[in-house]
Amino acid sequence: MVKEISVDTIWELLHKIPDPEIPSISIVELGVVRNVKFNEDNFHITVTPTYSGCPAMSFMKDEIVRAMEAEGISNYQLHTSLAPPWTTDWMSTEVKEKLKEAGIAPPSEKVQCPQCDSPKVESISEFGSTACKALYKCNTCAEIFHYFKKF
Amino acid sequence: MADSTLYKYVLSLGDDALVSAQRLAQWTYKAPFLEEDIALSNISLDLFGRANLYLEYAAELKGGNTTADHLAFKRNERQFTNLLICEHPNGNFADTNVRNLFLDTFHKLFLEKLVESKDKQLAAIAEKARKENSYHFRHSSSWVIRLGDGTKESNSKVQTALNNLWMFTGELFEMNKVDLEMSSQKIGVDREALKPQWKSIITDVLTEATLNIPEDVFMTSGGRDGIHTEHLGHLLSDMQYLQRAYPNAAW
Repeated sequence: MVKEISVDTIWELLHKIPDPEIPSISIVELGVVRNVKFNEDNFHITVTPTYSGCPAMSFMKDEIVRAMEAEGISNYQLHTSLAPPWTTDWMSTEVKEKLKEAGIAPPSEKVQCPQCDSPKVESISEFGSTACKALYKCNTCAEIFHYFKKF
Repeated sequence: MADSTLYKYVLSLGDDALVSAQRLAQWTYKAPFLEEDIALSNISLDLFGRANLYLEYAAELKGGNTTADHLAFKRNERQFTNLLICEHPNGNFADTNVRNLFLDTFHKLFLEKLVESKDKQLAAIAEKARKENSYHFRHSSSWVIRLGDGTKESNSKVQTALNNLWMFTGELFEMNKVDLEMSSQKIGVDREALKPQWKSIITDVLTEATLNIPEDVFMTSGGRDGIHTEHLGHLLSDMQYLQRAYPNAAW
């Protein structure tokens, strides 16, 4: 039986693709997938880069292609849009909670230690192992942690 | 067909970003300490990203088989139109931070205007770059303040860097034919008009850093016309080596 492919199916598939650098959240939750539309027999998937130099971006696009092809979907097109620019404001509370569980302080006006919730933290470097993260230290529990920068 | 003015404009902005990115990447693995190594490499990566956005757009404007990679790897020194300050060698840590401060402050003002460009693609690139540049500015300005207001040694090094690099800052505000035409069409930015604000931000940072603003000296220029310092050729020979030695190599 041929499975009916809908826009919802595409969203479901995209939801299963993890962020290559923060695998606890998906590329949809990260806000990289902006839109899925069906138009003239084709699914149009629009993505936007997080940071313009993010090396994970081309990897994410390859993952989308792989996910589509694994399901035998060939009538799709991948588009990139720059405006509106990606922002961490697109992350839901639920996603921020997932980041925290993974030991990464979620974007916020006030950085808190993801381990002990202490607000007594200090910035070690505004730049971390990836473009989107900064390095912090908790002065209460002494844990060093990543902060997902508000952007 | 002659290249369009818009192509030349976008290319010059792409060249600024690309050459700055390549220069900054030369700090990778040799910055003073690990966090700083990561910071400078991250800033370099942002600039490569910015260069890619501009150059992809330039390639599209140029048409034919041109790609961003062609523009980056297959043009000679004289065809690069970046400003001279971008190709200036890294020098010591103070030299690099002063160069970054001059450029980040300029881009803070320039990109704020470019987001209003009538050209939608340029406006979108500017909006993206502007957010990233605010991190770069915080980084370079806080280092100049820390070094200036630090020890006698660090103060003297950063003051020397300021005095040496000052002669490259005039070119930031020069308006050539391309700039004038793009600015009159409200696609490009009036660079000259940014100078007072640039000077005022730099003055604030240097005052806090207990440093002296260099006296006005002879200002050098020529980058936009492809007349470069000897440093660009060496930078390009590193950057373009693979594509020159093994044309069209891919992986």
